[in-house]
Amino acid sequence: MTNSWTDIKNADVVLIMGGNAAEAHPCGFKWVTEAKHHNKARLIVVDPRFTRSASVSDFYCPIRAGTDTAYLLGVINYLITNDKIHRDYVANYTDVSFIVKDGFSFDEQEGVYSGFNANGRSYNRDTWDYEIGPDGFVVRDTTLQHPRSVYQLLKKHVSRYTPEMVERICGSPKDKFLKVCEMISSTANGEKSMTIMYALGWTQHSHGSQNIRTAAMIQLLLGNQGVPGGGVNALRGHSNVQGLTDIGVLAHLTPGYLGIPRESEPTFAAHLAARNFRPLQPNSVSFWQNYKKFYVSLLKAMYGTSATAENDFGYDWLPKIDKVYDTLQIFDLVYQGKVNGFVCQGFNPLLSVPNKAKMTAGLSKLKFLVAIDPLMTDTAKFWENHGEANPVDPSKIQTEVFVLPSTCFAEDEGSFTNSSRTLNWRWKAADGPGEARTDIAIMAELFLRIRDLYAKDGGKAADPVLKVDWSYANSKMPTPDELLRELNGKAVADIPDPADATKTLYKAGQQIASFAQLRDDGSTMAACWIYTGAYTERGNQTARRDNADPSGKNVFPNWGFAWPANRRVLYNRASADPSGKAWSERKSYITWDGKRWGGADVPDYGPTLAPEKAAGPFIMNAEGVARLFARKLMAEGPFPEHYEPFESPVVNALHPKTSNNPVARVFQKDREEFGDAKKFPYVATTYRLTEHFHWWTKTNKLNAIVQPEFFVEISPELAKEKNISNGQWVKVSSNRGSVKGKAVISKRISSLMVDGKKVHHVGMPIHYGFIGETKKAIGVNALTPFVGDANTNTPEYKAFLVNIEPLSGPAVS
Amino acid sequence: MDKAERYLMNVQFSRRQFLKGAGAGVAGSAIGAFGFGGAEVALAQAAHSFKLSKATETRNTCPYCSVSCGMILYSRGDVKKGEKADIFHIEGDVDNPVNRGTLCPKGAGVLDFIHSKQRVTRPMHRKPGSDKFEPVTWDFAMERIAKLMKEDRDANVIEKTRDGVTVNRWPTMGFLAGCATSNEAGWLTWKTIRGLGIVQVDNQARI
Repeated sequence: MTNSWTDIKNADVVLIMGGNAAEAHPCGFKWVTEAKHHNKARLIVVDPRFTRSASVSDFYCPIRAGTDTAYLLGVINYLITNDKIHRDYVANYTDVSFIVKDGFSFDEQEGVYSGFNANGRSYNRDTWDYEIGPDGFVVRDTTLQHPRSVYQLLKKHVSRYTPEMVERICGSPKDKFLKVCEMISSTANGEKSMTIMYALGWTQHSHGSQNIRTAAMIQLLLGNQGVPGGGVNALRGHSNVQGLTDIGVLAHLTPGYLGIPRESEPTFAAHLAARNFRPLQPNSVSFWQNYKKFYVSLLKAMYGTSATAENDFGYDWLPKIDKVYDTLQIFDLVYQGKVNGFVCQGFNPLLSVPNKAKMTAGLSKLKFLVAIDPLMTDTAKFWENHGEANPVDPSKIQTEVFVLPSTCFAEDEGSFTNSSRTLNWRWKAADGPGEARTDIAIMAELFLRIRDLYAKDGGKAADPVLKVDWSYANSKMPTPDELLRELNGKAVADIPDPADATKTLYKAGQQIASFAQLRDDGSTMAACWIYTGAYTERGNQTARRDNADPSGKNVFPNWGFAWPANRRVLYNRASADPSGKAWSERKSYITWDGKRWGGADVPDYGPTLAPEKAAGPFIMNAEGVARLFARKLMAEGPFPEHYEPFESPVVNALHPKTSNNPVARVFQKDREEFGDAKKFPYVATTYRLTEHFHWWTKTNKLNAIVQPEFFVEISPELAKEKNISNGQWVKVSSNRGSVKGKAVISKRISSLMVDGKKVHHVGMPIHYGFIGETKKAIGVNALTPFVGDANTNTPEYKAFLVNIEPLSGPAVS
Repeated sequence: MDKAERYLMNVQFSRRQFLKGAGAGVAGSAIGAFGFGGAEVALAQAAHSFKLSKATETRNTCPYCSVSCGMILYSRGDVKKGEKADIFHIEGDVDNPVNRGTLCPKGAGVLDFIHSKQRVTRPMHRKPGSDKFEPVTWDFAMERIAKLMKEDRDANVIEKTRDGVTVNRWPTMGFLAGCATSNEAGWLTWKTIRGLGIVQVDNQARI
């Protein structure tokens, strides 16, 4: 989230799209209710299903699954055409006046940008950039008249997304779409703000990143970024998915969103050179210029005293990747038999990764599989026969499998980072059952046993293992307290005060209070620079429990610790106008008092950086302002464009030749397994039930009682067409497999007119499998396609093609 | 938060304190203050004590979605005092500014996760081709897993590319990290897997 759960209360308009907070995040959704109650906020829901969020909305608009980018580009077209943009904000805080390089173009017939290589399904992105003047800074035209200004290019780009075109692509009735636009545009003034709440309904598409990017562009045009009650707010999944992402336990990351080394960066110097954070405007802060300080501090946390300036702080000991090994890439290699060992720590990929048949075949090729989990999982038992729910022959599967019992949340202590970026400490209430051990104890023992084998017997590439710093009081059981201190960072040598060299800022061993004080000479260590401030000399800040709200703006600055720097709303300098005054009294948040910035929150800006310097409120960007033109940072192009899902009932209405994402990675086998609309005419979408959490709560009695079994949701119209009655068993098939369940006929799920053709949705919950208290089911991933977003490779679970047939047997409603 | 809301929060908080007090009162007979004299004492003595009154309260966070609702876990016994503790009740933490005491149907039922029949209580091992898991000791499991990993790493780790670039990557081992572990466990996990050179690393943020 750019803002926070409690900040939603400050919104005047709430757009829930690509999410269903009332059911999936009920206790966070309460802040929408509060906004409605206190601000008379109006709630808009755009969704293929009339969800429970929709049921309490002020306005609901249906949409065909997988067409959100087109809808949102239609909103941008409306805002520009009707002059519903916050002009001062846009002119000063975005790149709207920047001139784009000559040579950049978008081919409206082909649906691709300049630099496209059709054979490689890739782009040469050289032209996707700003024009740089002789002074080394970007060229601007503040009149916005230059044909290559970002404003003119964007205006032209979105002009194709008329309300009529939106209706044609999305199936959303034009009058409803226009009503949504009108409600959204009521916030383009600094007096009111809109928050956008989304979740997997936006990410799980082959163009998911573009959905979110388009939403961010809307918020910039409205001036809703960095203001209370505004922002683009990801309602994240697991309790600590934000934390694990922050700590970089992901294919391409290190802690704190620094890059894992690549093979193309053979030295630390090359790694740094590949990251050019040179300011693009004379006064831009371009805060990533501190990248080296954060990286060296991480390497010091990783390799301790072995990391020295002479050996590039151990850069060479880290693995260098030749490509990004995201989940889909990993399991394609598993399927190919190129992976021997696998560890699933609290993860159930047999059901959560697409194409179950491919998953079963792949897991069967592993030599060994280790599941570390509080619960027995379907993945740990992928080799066990469960009839049609898991039709395997154990004798033919040679994988050696271990399950290591871990404790659950109630049985150890430590911090979780919630969707608001707030770290909250939690305390242990009981020991785990039987012989269960904490994840920390398990990882420590695993590492120490392997390290000791290298120390004793030697082996290949032993140094990277032997050099890892493990100087914990009890090496077999590092404490959560020690580990959070390490994440925060400390001085490893005395640090002189930069303001007065005769004084010492930190003595060696002291905890660092702010990432601004980290150093690139090896005199500080910090595993995760954005967590610096979480555990200072004043103690564990994540354990703070003061729920006072001094500003009255629902900020709660002394509850836990929010990264970065305990800041609750990101980019909050943008809540004030260029001179430092609030855009309006209602939305006052951070202002300039003539000497300093201050207000309800920690300013996201230099605390004494005067407004006259016009450094720009987006200090992480080299531009100093926000990007409407993404430059080379998005795989599909600098502006979003509508691409159909890989399985779609229609071809792209704008450019049939390039119907779906031209640069999404598709493996050959998976391409062959895509189905077409002739055999599979219905648009399937997967979703979550309020009574279940992923594939986890099916092991709990209470959850199984209230939602005991898999079902298939269809509209009365489709039911009539296929002669299916409520409660009747149906078979749903895709080109990859089939599932069985009872039909639930409901008006909640839409049937829409798309480009003159009726399109029906089929909705299915994800939560079911063969282990646990719920009734056995095949698992909806028997159907889903093995393709992901072109930037993140998040799988396309939300829009794919199926057929549905009634099965014989009595209806049992 | 406006005044009325803070007042409500405090009232709720007081309710818990009151219940505790009432529990103590039953034992200590200091209850006449409510104004019903002997009748009230008799009634209180006849009633069972409120089950939460003697419970240990522990602040924690819901393990499911990332609203991360504050929770109070009630146990018989206090692990902090070295006692065996049994969690028997859970409710929302009214002090938490995000959930303010509320829990959703998942969170309200989390006790059934803690005590689920599917909890694994001993390390388990399935031999190749077998149709069952067999319980094993931690020592057996960890020794065997460490050996399998070391052997595979020795056989497959790439120290340098053909161009002479040091890469120290182990391409034949995969690791999916769970997003219900703590930040602290996450960091130790990162240290371990990247320390070993594993590149096939991901978590639930991707899917």
